[in-house]
Amino acid sequence: MAIRAVGGVGPGDSPGVVDAGRASLPPDVAPMSYWRTVAWRLARDPATLVAGGVLIVIVLSAILAPWLAPYDPSAGSIRLRLAPVGAPGHVLGTDEQGRDMLSRLLWGGRMTLVAGLTPVVVAFLVGAVLGVLAGYVGGLANTLVMRTMDIFYAFPAVLLAIAISGALGPGLPNTLISLSIVFIPRVVRVAESATVQVKGLEYIAAARASGSGVGPIVRHHLLANVLGPILVFASTQVSLSIILAAGLSFLGLGVTPPAAEWGLMLNTLRQSIYVNAVVPALPGLAIFVTSMTFNLLSDGLRDAMEIRA
Amino acid sequence: MWTYVGRRLLLAIPTLLGASIIVFAMVHLAPGDPIAAVMPAESSKAEIEATKRAYGFDKPLPVQYLVWLGRVAQGDLGRSIATRRAVILDVRDALANSLVLALSSSLLAFAGGVGLGLLAAFRQGRSLDKVASMVAVVGVSIPHYWAGIILIIVFSVQLNWLPAMGAADGGGPIEYLRHMALPTVALALIPLGVITRVVRSAALDILSQEFVLALRAKGLAGRRVFTHVVKNAAPQIFTVLGLQFGFQLGGSVLVEAVFSWPGTGYLLNLAIFQRDIPVLQGVILVLATFFVLLNLVVDLLQTLVDPRIVRH
Repeated sequence: MAIRAVGGVGPGDSPGVVDAGRASLPPDVAPMSYWRTVAWRLARDPATLVAGGVLIVIVLSAILAPWLAPYDPSAGSIRLRLAPVGAPGHVLGTDEQGRDMLSRLLWGGRMTLVAGLTPVVVAFLVGAVLGVLAGYVGGLANTLVMRTMDIFYAFPAVLLAIAISGALGPGLPNTLISLSIVFIPRVVRVAESATVQVKGLEYIAAARASGSGVGPIVRHHLLANVLGPILVFASTQVSLSIILAAGLSFLGLGVTPPAAEWGLMLNTLRQSIYVNAVVPALPGLAIFVTSMTFNLLSDGLRDAMEIRA
Repeated sequence: MWTYVGRRLLLAIPTLLGASIIVFAMVHLAPGDPIAAVMPAESSKAEIEATKRAYGFDKPLPVQYLVWLGRVAQGDLGRSIATRRAVILDVRDALANSLVLALSSSLLAFAGGVGLGLLAAFRQGRSLDKVASMVAVVGVSIPHYWAGIILIIVFSVQLNWLPAMGAADGGGPIEYLRHMALPTVALALIPLGVITRVVRSAALDILSQEFVLALRAKGLAGRRVFTHVVKNAAPQIFTVLGLQFGFQLGGSVLVEAVFSWPGTGYLLNLAIFQRDIPVLQGVILVLATFFVLLNLVVDLLQTLVDPRIVRH
């Protein structure tokens, strides 16, 4: 329970739903290892399994876009503008420049996933190092790191991302920078509080008393118990990161045309809703489904990895 | 109590200063020389140097920051590069419109989220609870700018019930409300999801405590138990409401862009488009200040709701 409390129930973050009534332990008599218990719980959670399956399909179709896409995503035809869904040769219709929507959605997924996932990975790496450092060393280092992170909490996430991107200008690299800055302070907070909590536990004191150096304590005792919660927290941020990355492109601050990216596609198709109501909604639907998949998956993961008495 | 209030007030000062440093740094984050960007292309080196001196850009950064901060403290946010108007005037008008939208969407989300969250907790595992869980997941997963576009497609383009753009300047109160409807709903989705989720889990937490069992054991009616649970979950509910209201102010940029609602988000969007850094800085500084002060107020009000906090 102690570890679970660290799982990112910070203000404004969506905390896990505490399900008191859910069957939490396998009926086996013999005790299972932690990871086998986690796998056992996951196998009994259909929503998470379905989300995992959908995610695999999304990721695979993004990776395989060059082979799956029936058309060149940037080649359009003036005569074929805004063809409806199900038009001959274009299963999902065409966009305002007559480019094949299916091809652009497949290629767009590559961009959106890269733009959404990279900042969380960067934030996880940087944030874990800073947070564990601040938490373990304590004192002045802690004050310095944590007060600096507090400053970034003066901005709501959307505003901070737009502020930095707005100053840096458009482009994928700038999007990655600004979103990493949005997520690093969040990861640092979780990493620091997890570290402080674990550091105070008796087995750390025992290891120190039996003569372990700082290195082995951090490696074997601290990281092993802290990385899990940090990783789970980072996974909860992926969906927000994807929404923000696409949102920046939607504002013209992210990926630049003519590249295919879901947020950008949504923006350029926005003017066409009076001509064709379905096709312009598709890129947003793709963002929605992807972000929901990540949310369901991280919820399931958090439930399954929860340490229960 | 008062020492706590004093300490909390003092803590807000470094946060605000830090935020102002970030906003100040935005000028220097921007690619290219901030002066070169506003000077005509054919200006001579001497002219550029003179302008630099006039704007104080020849001084060291810390001095520049202090000068800028001094002006900001007096309400001078500089002039827009695009319109030459004082930034503070534009921001003031836009902020009023944004506040209206933030309030209406927050009210909608508060009512829906608290109601749904509490009902779900008391009907745990039943169909209403499943609906609440779905609302929660959809709320935090939906790109609200896309939701806005969908609302326009359905209610403006297809059904032709509600206007899609703008704020109906001079159209009377009914017209203003009609223009508010769609952006309000689009903006309410995220907080609705978050609040439903937090309220449900807070209420479930309380429901699983022994005193609730004791209340039930001594034969208290369900409605009276409900009051006890709500009272105990109140501090947590209160926090999430305050935070969500703050997010509404800064988070409306994308929705305002979709609906061309003349608020801070729209102004920000325009500034980004024209690379008008003074406006960008002004809007962000004002919104961040609002956000910090709001969090402060929430924290302080919380000590009134839940006196246990002061003792920590």
